[in-house]
Amino acid sequence: MSDTPILELQDLRVDYTVRGIDREVLRGISLSIAPGEAYGLVGESGCGKSTAAYAAMRYLPRNGKIAGGKILFDGRDMTTMNNDEVSELRRSAISMVYQNPIAAMNPTIRIGHQLAEVFRMGGATKEESFSKAEAALARVQIADAPRVMRRYPHQLSGGMAQRVVIAMALASNPRLLVMDEPTTGLDATVEAEVLDLVRELRRETGTAVLFISHNLGVIRHMCDRVGVLYAGSLVEQGETATVLSNPSHPYTVGLLRCIPRGGLHKNTDRLDTISGTPPPLGQHFDGCVFAPRCALAEDKCTTNVPEMINIGNGHIARCFKHNEASGMPRNVESVTVSPTRNASVQQKGSQLLNIDHLSKAFTQDGHTVHVVNDVSLRVGVGETLGLVGESGAGKTTIAKLILGLTGSDSGSHVELNGKDLAATLKKRDVADVGAMQIVFQNPDQALNRRHSVTRIVGRAVQKLRGLSAEESTNRAHDLLSGMRVEASLHSARPSQLSGGLKQRVAISRAFAGAPQLVVCDEPTSALDVSVQATILNLLVDLQKQDGTSFIFISHDLGVVRYISDKIAVLYLGRVVEFGEADVVFGGPHHPYTEALLSSVPNIDGSVRKRIPLAGSVPSPSNPPTGCVLNPRCPRMAGSGVEGLCTTVEPELNEVEPGHFMRCHIPLDQLRVSQQK
Amino acid sequence: MSNVESVNSVVRSNAERKQIRKERLALLRKNKAFVVGTTILFFWIVLAVFGELIAPYAADEMSFEFTGMAPSSQFWFGTDSLGQDVFSRVLIGTRSILVMSFSATILGTIVGASIGLASGYFKGALDTVIMRLLEAISAIPVLIIALLAIAAVGGRSPVITVLVIGFVFAPNIARTVRATVLGETELEYVAAARLRAERTPHILFREVLPNVLPPIIVEFTVRLGYAIFAIATLSFLGAGVETGSPNWGMQISENWSSIFSNTWWPTLFPALAIASLAVCINLISDGLLEVFEI
Amino acid sequence: MKKYILKRIGLSFLTVFIVAAIVFFMTHILPGNVARRYLGRDATPEDIEYFNIKFGLDKSLVTQFTTWLGKLIRGDLGISMQTENPVSDLILPAIGYSAKLAAVAFIIIVPISIIGGIAAAMKRGRTTDRLITVGGLSASVIPEFIWAVVLVLIFGVTFEIFPVTAFPEASNPSLWTQVYYLILPSISLLLVLFGYIARITRAGVIEALESDYLRTAVLKGHSRKTAVVRHALRNALLPTIAVVANQIPYLIGGLVAVEIVFNYPGFGTILLTAVGAHDFSILQAGVMITSTVIVLFQLLADILFAVLNPRIRQRISE
Repeated sequence: MSDTPILELQDLRVDYTVRGIDREVLRGISLSIAPGEAYGLVGESGCGKSTAAYAAMRYLPRNGKIAGGKILFDGRDMTTMNNDEVSELRRSAISMVYQNPIAAMNPTIRIGHQLAEVFRMGGATKEESFSKAEAALARVQIADAPRVMRRYPHQLSGGMAQRVVIAMALASNPRLLVMDEPTTGLDATVEAEVLDLVRELRRETGTAVLFISHNLGVIRHMCDRVGVLYAGSLVEQGETATVLSNPSHPYTVGLLRCIPRGGLHKNTDRLDTISGTPPPLGQHFDGCVFAPRCALAEDKCTTNVPEMINIGNGHIARCFKHNEASGMPRNVESVTVSPTRNASVQQKGSQLLNIDHLSKAFTQDGHTVHVVNDVSLRVGVGETLGLVGESGAGKTTIAKLILGLTGSDSGSHVELNGKDLAATLKKRDVADVGAMQIVFQNPDQALNRRHSVTRIVGRAVQKLRGLSAEESTNRAHDLLSGMRVEASLHSARPSQLSGGLKQRVAISRAFAGAPQLVVCDEPTSALDVSVQATILNLLVDLQKQDGTSFIFISHDLGVVRYISDKIAVLYLGRVVEFGEADVVFGGPHHPYTEALLSSVPNIDGSVRKRIPLAGSVPSPSNPPTGCVLNPRCPRMAGSGVEGLCTTVEPELNEVEPGHFMRCHIPLDQLRVSQQK
Repeated sequence: MSNVESVNSVVRSNAERKQIRKERLALLRKNKAFVVGTTILFFWIVLAVFGELIAPYAADEMSFEFTGMAPSSQFWFGTDSLGQDVFSRVLIGTRSILVMSFSATILGTIVGASIGLASGYFKGALDTVIMRLLEAISAIPVLIIALLAIAAVGGRSPVITVLVIGFVFAPNIARTVRATVLGETELEYVAAARLRAERTPHILFREVLPNVLPPIIVEFTVRLGYAIFAIATLSFLGAGVETGSPNWGMQISENWSSIFSNTWWPTLFPALAIASLAVCINLISDGLLEVFEI
Repeated sequence: MKKYILKRIGLSFLTVFIVAAIVFFMTHILPGNVARRYLGRDATPEDIEYFNIKFGLDKSLVTQFTTWLGKLIRGDLGISMQTENPVSDLILPAIGYSAKLAAVAFIIIVPISIIGGIAAAMKRGRTTDRLITVGGLSASVIPEFIWAVVLVLIFGVTFEIFPVTAFPEASNPSLWTQVYYLILPSISLLLVLFGYIARITRAGVIEALESDYLRTAVLKGHSRKTAVVRHALRNALLPTIAVVANQIPYLIGGLVAVEIVFNYPGFGTILLTAVGAHDFSILQAGVMITSTVIVLFQLLADILFAVLNPRIRQRISE
């Protein structure tokens, strides 16, 4: 293998011109990728990682320009090349895989043609290009390639579209593959399949990879080396295992501490946070970009830009105080935590919310689509129920049915504190309405942008508590301050606040009526990891203080595991498993849960045997007969109950005290076969 | 998150937010289109109010010695075939078209926005029926349906014209408002309001409407331009305006044949007046659109 | 796909029916209205009664409506109140003339507007763009009759390049002569319709130019030019089809004023005369014909759009 790195960025500086001013987006980044190596670039939103990815293809937006430094591809300086030379490189040597694969393809051209185009650019004839295209689709494990060739992008699922994009990228036999958040937005099991595919293909072709992601677990799984980007500056770099286990920059340390990793639980551990917020795009810094938020910062840090310091074995960090980084003081409010989790569960006592036979069917073009099918759940006082499941599982619909935003079908039964609730919101008492509230995923849409923060919360107080307008405003101020929204921001409008602050306002509003239960529908999915930690801490505090119950919906299994007391796993509108969090996570699990858990890559790199699911999620309008998982179930073959699985839908049975499963396979058999 | 870092995906501090707001207001003031448009409109409004006081001659003052005279220091815009001063007639004629256009547009906006709000919020059968009606009405050209209405309801009254134009514009305004409302009601703050046991009128008027108002305002200014267009054309065609007070469209229709004998001034000046009024309204709505879009 | 077309045709019939209902009930808003409007204020009750019987206005509204509709379907446009001759005798030749004018106008307007929109998009933000966008939209708010008069003044009277009427005097004029006479009127219409079509085209082109899929094409290794031509263009022009169909009502509405200025015995002239005389037979028939033509064009545009846009096409056939 040659010594020349396949890609080298030398002190690369990129500026964007915004409203007439040049703003620094990349501040002198230097990194190199050896041939065949996988390099991960990780950071939160706004750090410039996408810009770096596109710069590697020498592609900048209209208002962007290279302000300095070099981009060397296999030793050749891309910054001085003309357009033809760059196009030649893109045709033959560097390819890209995009974050949104469906949008990345031309909506009016068939897949086959778009794929064949790449081969034709590589010199193949028209017939050759089509047969090569079909072969390429088979190589990325697309069954029924001829049919997919004739399809249009919008007809494909996210996972399949991404495979096509990967096929297009590899068609030119590139030496470097740039992947920009390729699996963000895909379901966990689909993501795992795509990542496995990429690893497999890398092994076959020996292509180098520049992998951009905000997800440290994925980076750990995919990359040999990693660079951490903050505010356009590379703050740490090294071998993935080393950086993640021995972080030497305060930002990396802080980031790792924010993430609710496996084993942490709200009752015993509190998430660390990084104070402050990420800087606006292109803000100028005299010294270290992270200094304003750094717990270790000194005067020197704000006036001088630190050099990259070599820690050993290729591990470098841009910090004067890298030695002290791992021992950095925690940014946690000191709260005494009760280690006796079980005891407090008992004290919490009776059932709060009883859901039985919750169902909802829609008619679409004559078909009946059962979005939610006979769901039964229990939530206790002061308890968090985590709802997990992939797209199509019906999680959000269940939330809406419980709250009455959507009317449930007859036979559904929602009982709060022993009292039966009407199916639709209009028919419920105000007291019951206030007792169950929701925090939505997207605070931009969940808060009325024309109203001030005080008005948003105050109005909720007024309507749900029956207070006068003046009293409500006062109470609103109290609530907001309690959620750590400063008084100076109370008259602001949502658009003037950051994502984390907006979510706090949304939470304040949800708590305006002193609710007994709050549904949190992906409340932190749109937030950066550091902000997410503050919100999770806030929710935990509220629960401790007020005994509020939560139904926490998330696709992020790490977060759910951290915050939930009980877990319900959903598949195709049905509960397939329900029980205490550590029982559900610890096993033995339902085969679907097992597959789901195995698809999440761990930051600590522990190898978990991946249990793949065959095929793809069936359409809810046409579910399989028998157990809905049966066409894909990894444990069905050889279980001895295949006959049952394909003909009879299993009931949700209590297989152990407090542990429910919807599966024909006996628990002990699962325990044995799932033994790790 | 966007693929390539865009300004919008970034977190901003309070100070920068205030700055952007100031920047936007300044942008409006700096926006050439908006400024020019507002200035010209202001000038026309002044004329509409004070036309008779400013004009050197009365509108129907005929001087038989001075028929068909070219522009001169005595008659700035010349005189027409009846010896009337074109300049004065243009000045005085401002009121008619401005008042009619504004009234018609306000009427149309109120009616149309209400229908659009109801249709977009309540959806269901009501919405389907209204949509079919709106689609049918928009299959008839505005001018033609206006002519039919004027013929049916009878004549030469500006009030009738205003009513006709107002109601003919309402469907298109309803369509735009409906589309905006449909988008807004999807947003979760509406669901959050329902979860506060808010009643429908409150949700409609205090939650949704404030967000729909900016597009309605922009739509109003656009429709105002079309109203001027339609009313000028109708008066040119001789439909729907009373003979009597000077009216730009009618002035043109009375005098335009004389351009063949090179008497261009009684036609051109009213024409320029209509054009400038229409364009200034258009500049205002362009300016508003540009600033609100950013 | 066939199901979509049939459904769409069915909807069009429904729309035309609703238009007929609107037209009919607008005319007959007030009882006895038609007669009174036509005969004027001095009409005696006997005159009115006679008139009503002659034109079948004494029957119930519903009967009148169904009779009228039935006749329309069979192609009978009714009897003109003024001449007591069939309306079709009067209208059909006029429609022929208007169709010619509309055709010439259409052929001039569509290509020029599209090219204008594309040019504005390619030179986004620069002077050319602002000129086309702002200029185009400013021009479009100025009524056609004013453009017509101004154009006649400049190109017909001051510089005698074009004729000031649209109807050639010579008997049996050649096709080119006819077109030549229609150029000035067509330009009047062009100036009004250009702005909006160009703006929508510009937006479509810009969206295509900023799209993810164009970026993919460039990053595949195409030169920007090849990428734009091969990938962007086909998507860019889709909205244009919709907007052109949308503008047809304005084109037809504009014919009225333009025909008056250019002394053209078209449909618009007939309609205007009918308004003055309160000849509701002609008016009703005229509006119905106009609307039916417009609905037909919108139907064609929708089908064309569905054929070209796989997202709609696929959704239909699933």
